[in-house]
Amino acid sequence: MTSPAPASSTTDAAVTDPSVFDPELPWQRARSVALRPEPFGALVYHFGTRKLSFLKSKTLVRVVETLADHPTATAALLACEVPEAQRPTYVRALADLARSQMIETRT
Amino acid sequence: MTAVLPSRPAVERPTGGRLIDQFEYGLDAPICLTWELTYACNLACVHCLSSSGRRDPRELSTAEAEAVIDELQRMQVFYVNVGGGEPTVRPDFWHLLDYAIGHDVGVKFSTNGVKLDKVRAAQLARTDYVDVQISLDGATAEVNDRVRGAGSFATATKALENLAEAGMKDFKVSVVVTRENAGQLDEFKALTDSYGAQLRITRLRPSGRGADVWEQLHPTMAQQKDLYSWLLANGEHVLTGDSFFHLSAFGEALPGLNLCGAGRVVCLIDPVGDVYACPFAIHEDFLAGNVRSPGGFQQVWQQSELFADLRNPQTGGACTKCQHFDSCRGGCMAAKFFTGLPLDGPDPECVQGYGESALAARDTELVTPRSHLDHSHTGPVRGQPTLLGMPAIPPAKICDESPLAGLQLG
Repeated sequence: MTSPAPASSTTDAAVTDPSVFDPELPWQRARSVALRPEPFGALVYHFGTRKLSFLKSKTLVRVVETLADHPTATAALLACEVPEAQRPTYVRALADLARSQMIETRT
Repeated sequence: MTAVLPSRPAVERPTGGRLIDQFEYGLDAPICLTWELTYACNLACVHCLSSSGRRDPRELSTAEAEAVIDELQRMQVFYVNVGGGEPTVRPDFWHLLDYAIGHDVGVKFSTNGVKLDKVRAAQLARTDYVDVQISLDGATAEVNDRVRGAGSFATATKALENLAEAGMKDFKVSVVVTRENAGQLDEFKALTDSYGAQLRITRLRPSGRGADVWEQLHPTMAQQKDLYSWLLANGEHVLTGDSFFHLSAFGEALPGLNLCGAGRVVCLIDPVGDVYACPFAIHEDFLAGNVRSPGGFQQVWQQSELFADLRNPQTGGACTKCQHFDSCRGGCMAAKFFTGLPLDGPDPECVQGYGESALAARDTELVTPRSHLDHSHTGPVRGQPTLLGMPAIPPAKICDESPLAGLQLG
C-alpha cells in the first residue's frame, strides 16, 4: 500500500476549553445550528461539525430559542421561568451546548 | 402485514427520564435514515444484506428521488446514509448528491470505491457536507477478496489512496466484522490510520445473502469477547453505528445508543421507494409503506401501523426477565428474525449464551424466513468471491488474459 495521508486532527480551543460558558454574556443559537422539535424536547444539529445533540425538555428548547432576545443567558432562564432550584442544571446544559458550539456568544 | 411482533401494549410516552427511554417511543422523523439508491452492484459480496446485484426496473427516477430529498428537508432529516447496491453506478448519483447537499440533507455514502478515481476524489474533497465510507472486509486482500470478490481489495485501497491524495477529510473505512477478519482489528486500525481515515466496524447480520453465510462467518463467542474488550479500549476512535449493543451484556455499556432503533430512530428507504424498519430487515413483515404513496415518506414514518407497534417498549418475553436486559435490550430484531428465533427472545449472538441454546432448540423442520426480494446476479460475476468455493470466472474473451491464452498453436 502506498501514499498514506497525514492524519487530520485540528483541535478547536473553544471545544476543549471548559470555561467557555459565561451565563452573564449575551448568547444565541449558533447560526449553523438547526433545531428539530421532538415530543421530548428537540434534536439539535450543527451543519458545520455534523454533531447531533438533544435538548431533553421543552423548557430548555424555549431557553435556547429565546437566548437571542435577552441581554444574558441568565435573563433568558428567568424569562422562561426556570425554577431557581433547576437553574444550575440548565446552566450546565447550556455550558455543554457552548462547548459543542451549538450556541455562541452574540456581538 | 403478518403479525410477527410480540405483543406490546400501547403505552403513553413518559415525560423526562433517559433519552434511550424516549427513543423507544420513536421520533417525529428518523435520526439515521438509510437510503439504498439502487440494487445494481458491480460486486457480488457473499454477505450482501440487500441481496444486490441487478438493478430493479421500478427504482425511483431522478425526479422521484429529488422529491424524497425535498421531503427529508421539510422533515429536518439532517443527513442520510446512502448505499445500495453500489450507489455510484447510478448515472444520476453525483447529481443527487449535490441536490441533497443543496437542500440541507447531508450525505454519507458507502461505496466499494469502483467509481472513486482521482477526479471524483478531488470533487468530493471540495464538497462540504459529504462523507464517504469505503467498504473493506479484510485488512489483507486474501481475507477481503474471499467475501467481496477478487480485485475488490485493490479497488477499495486505490479509492482510499485517491481520497487521501485529494486531501479529503474524515473519510471512513467500513468493516463488517466476521469470523475471518475479527483477528485483524489492529491491522484495520493501522491501515485506516495510514490513509488519515477513520475506522468504522459493524455487525454481520443474517440478512439478504448474509443468511447463507451467517453460520460460517459470524464471530465466535471468544471473538465476540475479544471484540468487546477491543471496543472498550479503542471505542473512542472507532465508529460502530452503535451496532454492537448486544455486547453490552458482557458488563460495561458500550458508547452510543444501546437500543434497537428499528422504526423508532432509524429506517430504510429501498431503491423502489419501499420503507422498511431498518436496513437489515428487508422482508415483507417489516415493510411499512412506500414513498410513492399519498403522503409520501412522512406519512409512512408517522402513521404506519408497523412503526407504531415498534414504538412500544418490549414488556414480555424471556429476555425481559434477564438481569442484562437493560444493557442489551434483547439485541437485534433482524438477527433474531432471519435466524428463525422469536423476536422477544434472545439475540442469536447473545453473549450470555442464551442465543446458542435458542438456536439449538429450533425445530429441525424450521424454515427460516427469506426476503421476497433477491436482486443477486444470476450469472457468474467477474471477481466472484471464493468463500463458497465457487470457481473464478474464466476471461470472457481469450485475449482478456493474454494475447496467447488458450491458443492451441501448431
